[in-house]
Parts: sequence; structure tokens; C-alpha cells
Amino acid sequence: MNSQSTSMERREFVQLLGAGGLVLAVSLSGCRRLSDALRGAPKAATTSVTPAAYLRLDDTGTVTVICHRSEMGQGIRTSVAMIVADELDADWSQVKVEQALGDEKTYGSQNTDGSRSIRDFYGALREAGATGRALLEAAAAKQWSVPASEVEARQHVVTHRSSGRTLGYGELVATARELPMPGKAAIRLKRPEQFRYIGKDMPSVDMADMISGAALYGMDLRREGMLVAVIARPPVYGGAVKSVDSSAAEKVPGVERVVQLDSAPPPSAFMPLGGVAVLARSTWAALQGRQKLKIDWDHGPHATYDSAVFRTELERSVRRAGKVVRSQGNAARALASASKRLQADYYVPHLSHAQMEPLAALATFENGKCDIWAPTQHPQAARDTVALALKIPVENVRVSVTLLGGGFGRKSKPDFIVEAALLAREVGKPVKVVWTREDDIQHDYFHTVAAQHLEGGLDANGKVTSWLHRTAFPSIMATFVPGTVYAGDGEVGQGITDLPFAVPNLRCENGPAAALTRIGWYRSVINIPHAFAISSFADELAHAAGKDPKGFLLELIGPDRIIDMTKAGLVAKPSNYDRSFEDYPIDTGRYRKVLELVAEKSGWGKPLGSGRGRGIAVHRSFLSYVATVIEVEIKADGTVTIPRVDVAIDAGTVVNPERVRAQMEGATIMGIGNTLYGEITFKEGRPVQSNYTDYRVARIDAAPREFGVHILPSTEQPGGVGEPGVPPVAPALCNAIFSATRRRIRSLPVDKQLAGGIASAR
Amino acid sequence: MISMTVNGRRQEFSGDEAMPLLWYLRDELGLTGTKFGCGVSACGACTVHLDGKAVRACVTPVSAVEGRKVITIEGLSKDGSHPVQRAWRAHNVPQCGYCQTGQIMQAAALLEATPKPNDAEIDQAMAGNICRCGTYVRIRAAIRAAAVEA
Ligand code: FES
Ligand code: FES
Repeated sequence: MNSQSTSMERREFVQLLGAGGLVLAVSLSGCRRLSDALRGAPKAATTSVTPAAYLRLDDTGTVTVICHRSEMGQGIRTSVAMIVADELDADWSQVKVEQALGDEKTYGSQNTDGSRSIRDFYGALREAGATGRALLEAAAAKQWSVPASEVEARQHVVTHRSSGRTLGYGELVATARELPMPGKAAIRLKRPEQFRYIGKDMPSVDMADMISGAALYGMDLRREGMLVAVIARPPVYGGAVKSVDSSAAEKVPGVERVVQLDSAPPPSAFMPLGGVAVLARSTWAALQGRQKLKIDWDHGPHATYDSAVFRTELERSVRRAGKVVRSQGNAARALASASKRLQADYYVPHLSHAQMEPLAALATFENGKCDIWAPTQHPQAARDTVALALKIPVENVRVSVTLLGGGFGRKSKPDFIVEAALLAREVGKPVKVVWTREDDIQHDYFHTVAAQHLEGGLDANGKVTSWLHRTAFPSIMATFVPGTVYAGDGEVGQGITDLPFAVPNLRCENGPAAALTRIGWYRSVINIPHAFAISSFADELAHAAGKDPKGFLLELIGPDRIIDMTKAGLVAKPSNYDRSFEDYPIDTGRYRKVLELVAEKSGWGKPLGSGRGRGIAVHRSFLSYVATVIEVEIKADGTVTIPRVDVAIDAGTVVNPERVRAQMEGATIMGIGNTLYGEITFKEGRPVQSNYTDYRVARIDAAPREFGVHILPSTEQPGGVGEPGVPPVAPALCNAIFSATRRRIRSLPVDKQLAGGIASAR
Repeated sequence: MISMTVNGRRQEFSGDEAMPLLWYLRDELGLTGTKFGCGVSACGACTVHLDGKAVRACVTPVSAVEGRKVITIEGLSKDGSHPVQRAWRAHNVPQCGYCQTGQIMQAAALLEATPKPNDAEIDQAMAGNICRCGTYVRIRAAIRAAAVEA
């Protein structure tokens, strides 16, 4: 889900000449040179171009790949470099990665969310590398005065085939600078069997820094004369400072200033929450100072938000008919005439991102210009919002992206960056804003809270003839658009309107729900509750029908076919992760294959000892298909341990299988934490939880003993990888718990629901 | 005045002695490999060795370090060649990397005390170190590999 709409129409690109180097910008309409631009040649601005990667070759032979996507653990800096280096046929040891400044005019979208880095830029990055290769070949041909067809670039050397003469890439840079850029027609992309790096396991380019402490994250930024700011924010979303007594805070040694910040009223979008900032020469002094503030808060309109009360309202919302988002056949009639009828309600609470690195950002403000360094997933949103808040032109805001100590969606929202910018201007010094863990959890853009009601009808053969799904949850759009109570098309498009089941009578509805806190996207977004309800309910129906859950899922999905979304009864606008269904259809054969693969690898159907069970789930999200089998063992006291997990993924073409496996492991373990303990509850308008002590996340003891990731070989277009591993986890885990205990978990987290032990659960 | 050695170098500190070692290392010595994750001893991101034992720098006041030896990730090895670091590299453990320096310091202390830990001992020793990216399966494997190698 990406509510910050990224203009894919922004097709202009700029070309820069690096010091002593040649910079290529690639667009679908081809490449242009700075020299052309200087001569005043018209800009290649068309409507169908996605500007992509930069690549710099210098005369030492160093290839610098400029990565415009943010690194937060998904290994994108490595994958981007692999793609460009492969098509360039560069020697990996001579490839360096440089992080791009925030500049979407130059690079295209830099919004690193929605698992879209590879799926949106695979082609453009390949073209960047191939353009470089064609240019080097042209340069060598010119130097030797031979036809370009007689030369070949390979592993950093261009060779003249008949004479055997060679020139290194670096040696060709001077000549290459004088040549026109090869057009699209002149470049040759490799055939997949020619790939040198793509599809191979490659270690992270940041490995050495990450294991030595040298890696630089936002929290680590330091500048001469910098002040550290810690902010007391309104405890309730929508609140503001009534009055503040900062005299004690100002007396803390090291504290230099106390500054009050305005609170943007809800919906506050990307604007900061306001409050009172304490600026000091050290982090410790700023923290001490904040403790001494005496603030009288106006808690605003959401001071009574209470999760227990809200849950009742949400559940009421899904017990009534809602807004129809998809309808095929006549679900009501088919349910009434079903030979067996089932219904179930599911609940998934708020979650907090709790990425390991709390938010932090550094800003300077001089001569009307703001310079930012931050761990941001979305540097352009940071630029735009800082410009808006400071009322300066966006060109006067520069954003440098550090490594991110985790993101999961939280760091696409630049509120924390704007805080730093406002304070830097106010005090005229570099300011680093530091959020504590408590700040981070209490002032998150929370994963929403969802209630769902499902009904299903089986015929005499145990075949599903009708399916009703109602969902209600505060929409992310409420953070941006006042008065939002219904979900966006993109939100119901995550699991509901894209349901692949071959059920003749299908009805999907969305009930109203107002947002009483700040809602945002969290790794895999609304797929989390939707996949939980869908794959859990499928399991419930399978058991009701007396069938094996895996076979039942395959039956529900039906024969291999491309689902025709124009005939799927959609009332909501079709939504497919910003892609068309023609380009990325819903292919039930791909669901089947991941299910069959995961079943085979996990030993599905093989007997397990008592207290053990397996659960299975499948979900398509971000254009990839993932099936997960989780095996649980439930101890006598109800503790859940996980001996084994198997994940099968079809993500289309895969660049770095090593990182795909890592993402499946990480997403699954995060999903296990979400399922077993993840819960933010609100009381009197504020989150009850505030640190890892009361907001529990997965620790090592929750991690599976054995983990198998099985990647389906594919030449399809790339799908997403960072998020799709999460949605199947909750249903697979709860289905496994059911298999082990006959106890059905319909409300997350599992937490203490098994505390009585298996005996009582039975 | 508090004196201590940090990564083999003598340091003297004359500020607020209640300040956690974490902020002294990061803000004053510029040793930012020791991370801030929770501030309350709940995540392990700030793990350093104090006289050879793993401690949480976020809850260790500078006053408690008087006369003692601190090793941070920057001092674990010169060139990332500590057996634990080598094993981390071989298993491609880090994702975002933010927790990993703390994990490595914790694992190094574990192997110092228990050169051949079993799985239960690994889980127990590492339970205080959160990895929100979920690299635990590889952390276990890397520790087992480092134990064999050491
Ligand atoms: S920062 Fe010290 S344990 Fe979390
Ligand atoms: S690698 Fe990201 S938190 Fe551990």
C-alpha cells in the first residue's frame, strides 16, 4: 500500500557528469548525455519512461553503481549492483555502491516500500548496465578503428576478437565520453543463461561494515557543534501543548534550548506531532532535560480511544451488511441452501513497527537551504514535506540517505525528519532528533486493527459453494484524508477483491471504521489480517468437510487459470499493487505450484507426535506467491515452539536467491512474533505499551529450529520479496495450533490463549 | 573523574557519572558501533564487554566502569577476523545490521565462557538480543560454526 502517490509520469531525467567520470542515466526512451543537455538539446521527456539507475565508470576502472533505493536489510544495494554489473559485465571486485541523494527527477521513484525495488526497476537497471557495455564496446571499436561488431566487453575488458587486442574498462572512459550514447536499439540485453550475477547467491556489499560497527545509520550521525533534540510529543494523537514549564529542564547541564513545536491537527499526514523539544549538547542531557519538563496537554478529540470498546464497535460493523466491494453469484441464497454452513469472526490488533533503530534524523539549515541526513525509505517525501513545513522551494532541500536500522514502512513517513529541519532552522545549528524506543512505539503510524466476519457454505460433497467476507478496519487513508471511514481500493485489493477462489457465490463487503489514532502501512499491510482470516477460514471449512487442508485449498483455488478480473464481480476499483492485471495476472497455477512444493518439502501428511501439528496457508501479495507450512509443538503449559518452517515462494525472476531466502526467514519470524504476541492496545487515547518489555517481538527462542526456503524457478517478471513472506504466517501457525490442540485461534495474538495447556484446550 | 580503558586505550571522564556507558561511547568517544535500541536492557543492541563479560551499556552508568576494561565491537578485532565475525560473514547473517554488533558481542562472550554451547545454551545466552529483521536461524548456525572453528 502506498498512499503517497508516486508520480510514475515524472519522466524527466537529469544527467550529471561525475568528477572524471561518466554518468549514465537510463530511461525507456534511451540515454542522453550531459554534453547534449549543455548544447541545449531538448530534454527526452516523454510519458512512458521510467528513469532508473545511475552508473559511473571512472578511468581507474572502478564502476560505481548509484543505488537510489533505501537499504533496510532487504539487501537492495547488493541486488541493484548485481543487475547493473551483470549487464555491464563488470568484474564484481571493481564494483562500488554509492547511495543516491533524494532526487526522483533523476532516479525515478525512490519510495522504498511496497516490495517494489526489483519489480519496478529490474528492466531499467539492466538497460543501464547494457548501455554502459555498448558504450564501452563502441569506444574500443573507435580506438582500434574496427567495427563495433568485432569487439566484445567481458569482465571489465573489451577484446577485439580477431586481433586479440584488449583494453580495460577504465582505459576506455576518455574515449567513451566523446561518443554519443547508444540508443535503445544499440543495446543488447543478456539472455538469462548469460547472467553472471543475476540469480546467483551474492553476499551483501555492506557485510564488512555491518560486522565491524562501521556501518552508518541515522542514529549514528554526528556533526561539529550539533545539538541533540529529544521531543515530548502529545501523548494522544491530535493533542497539543496547552502550557509548558521548562525552567527545570533548562537547568540541566548541557541543555541549550527548549523549543515548542506546533501540532498538526489530524489527519496530520506526514507532518510532525508537535510537542516540546529539548536540545542539548549530548543525548543524555537532552533525555534528562525532557524528563524535567512540566507540560499541560490538551489531549484533543481522541482522548477516549480504548481498544476494548473499539473492538466491540468493529465487530458490530462486520455483523451488519457493509459496502459491497465484490460480488459474484448470489452468496446469500447459496448460503441459505448450503448443506453445511459455517461462520467465524477474526480479530487482529494494532501492531507497532518497532524496527531496531529508533527514528533519528540530522538537519542543518543555512541561507534558506536545508540539508538532511536520515534513514528514510522515502527521500522524496522527506524533501517535499520539509519544503512544505519550512515554506522553502523543494530544490533547497537536500536529502542524503543513510543505512536504515530496519524500516518495515515506518521510515517512509518523514515526520521525524521534518522535526529535525524545523529545529535546525530554529536554533541555527545542526540538530539531530533522536527518538527513544518509547517514543517510537507510542507515536507510531500504527498497523491498523481489523475485525472480520466470514461465512461459508458447503454442499453435500464438502465443496464450497458460497463465501462471504466482511472486513472493517481504520483505513490508512484516514491519516491523509479527513472523514475517511471506508477502506481504499488498494486496501481491499490486498486479499479481498483479489481472492483467487473458484467459488460460484462470493460476496465481499467492507464495513465502516473511523481511525482514532495515526494509521500507517506496516510490512505487508492489510494482507496480514486478510490472509489470517481467509486461510484460517479455509482450514475451518476443510475440517468441517472432513478434508485435508492442503487438498482443500487446492480445490478452493480450482483449476489452473488466469482469473479474468473484468468478470470477477468487482465493485471496488481493481487494484494490483500498481500494476495491471494484464501484466501481472492472478495465476492460479502459480498458487498450486507453491502449495505443492511446500507440501512436498515439509513432509505434509506425515504423522507427528502428540502435541504437534502442521498448518498450511497460501497468499499472493506484492505480485508474488507464497505458501507456508509451520510445524508447532505445544508444551503442557501451552507454550508454543516451532520445530520447523517451510516456505515456498514464486517471486518470478529472482536476482539474489540468498537474500530471498533471508527475507523469507525474516518475514516469517516477524510474522511469528506478530501472531504469538504482537499487540498494541489503547487506553485513554494512548498506547499502553512502550518498549520491548511490554510490546513483545520474536526473540531467538521463537525462531524455528529448522527452516527451509524453496524458491520456484521462474522466468516470469519479478514480483515483490520484502513483504509477501509475512501474510501466510499467522494462518499457518494458528492452523498448526488447531491441528495440535483442536483449539481454534481467531483472535490475535495467541499470547495467553493456550495458557491452560493443551489438556484444557481440547 | 572516572578512568577506564576502552579498546585498550585509557580514557578519563569527568561529566555526569550517572550517564550510561552507551552515551559516553557513542556521543563522546564516537564509537557508534554500540547501538541504542531500547535503553532499558531489553534488546541487547548496546552489548559491550566489561572485563570480558557481556553487559548492556544502556543501563551501565559510567560510574560502574571505574578502573575496568571495556571492549566494544570496534575493539573485538582489528579487521573483522574474530571467529564470530568470520562465521557471521560466512552465514550472511545481517539484514539491516543494526542489531548485529550487539549480537556479535553477545555471541563472542558466550563462546568465551562456553566454547561448545548446545542449542539450548545458545538460545538462552542470545535471548536478550532482539533482531527485528529475524536473523535468528542464521545467528544460531553462525554460533555453532564459530564454536567448531575456535
Ligand atoms: S539499548 Fe541496551 S539493551 Fe537495548
Ligand atoms: S539485522 Fe536488522 S535488527 Fe537484526
